Amino acid sequence: MLRSTIALALLFMLVPFALADDARDVYGFESQAQEQRFQSLISELRCPKCQNQNIADSNAPISKDMREEVYRMMSDGASNEEIVGALVDRFGEFVRYKPEVDSRTILLWATPAIVVFGGLLVVAGIIIRSRRSDQSEPALTDEERARASRILDGDDSDRSSG
Amino acid sequence: MKRILLFVPLVLAVVLGVVLFAGIGKDPNELESALIGKPVPEFVLTDLHDEGRELTRDVFKGQVSLLNVWGTWCPACRDEHADLVWLAEEKGVRIVGLNYKDNRDDALVWLDRLGDPYQVSIYDPRGSLGFDLGVYGAPETYVIDAEGIVRYRHVGVVNEKVWEQEIKPLVERYGEKT
Repeated sequence: MLRSTIALALLFMLVPFALADDARDVYGFESQAQEQRFQSLISELRCPKCQNQNIADSNAPISKDMREEVYRMMSDGASNEEIVGALVDRFGEFVRYKPEVDSRTILLWATPAIVVFGGLLVVAGIIIRSRRSDQSEPALTDEERARASRILDGDDSDRSSG
Repeated sequence: MKRILLFVPLVLAVVLGVVLFAGIGKDPNELESALIGKPVPEFVLTDLHDEGRELTRDVFKGQVSLLNVWGTWCPACRDEHADLVWLAEEKGVRIVGLNYKDNRDDALVWLDRLGDPYQVSIYDPRGSLGFDLGVYGAPETYVIDAEGIVRYRHVGVVNEKVWEQEIKPLVERYGEKT
């Protein structure tokens, strides 16, 4: 019993090591703002090997190299655009999770706006049409109204003719 | 007018079908290199066979070459190795090897055992040239023209089919110009 308790305790002591993600490299930063900048950069860059992960989450060696390059360029005082640009030059536009707006990607960026705009047009069309039909075509003409009230009053003579 | 509107869903479905069908069979893992049409990045690395000899991108000048990125840690590189030897020996293709993130001794043993298809072997233990080339998975094979411009990249194993269909036409096209 004692032995198994000790074994269990030892096992639990290993948990922090198991949880430590080996994708996390140790980088030193001068300030918290710098660290946040690094984190936001690496979360916007896509791993070319494991294509649905950003390089912050990926364990692939290539992602590690890319993180190191981002860190090295940051330490050299490069701007975010320069850093992302340097990686795009090597790996292609693919590594951007936020593609630049240019002639090839304009449709990608514009599609949500186009769809929303189209939806608004459809809704507006439906509203306008229903308003117009309310105004121009009253449900019953005066003659029909008079006939309807006669029928409701119990005069059946009109029914057959309708 | 209303009738025509009834066909809108059909048209949308057909368009979507065509778009999706065009994607079938394409390998989403294969990316076009960002370096197509650009020169091989500058580098100074040592010769795999001779620690004292420095190589630069001038090794690509003068004739069309294949640049093959490999490592002894890469199982697929072993798969394609015999085909590379075949290309070098039977087809007379000039292949430059880039030994990527590897150990010099292991690499030399490998070439000794399996044959050496490389006219020049660049040793890149830290993967610096590989990184500049945008290598994301060995093996990768590049077609480099006689001016040292990257013309094509194939990610994955090179075999007879890939050679015939993808690489040979390019090697011939860029070879004619010189």
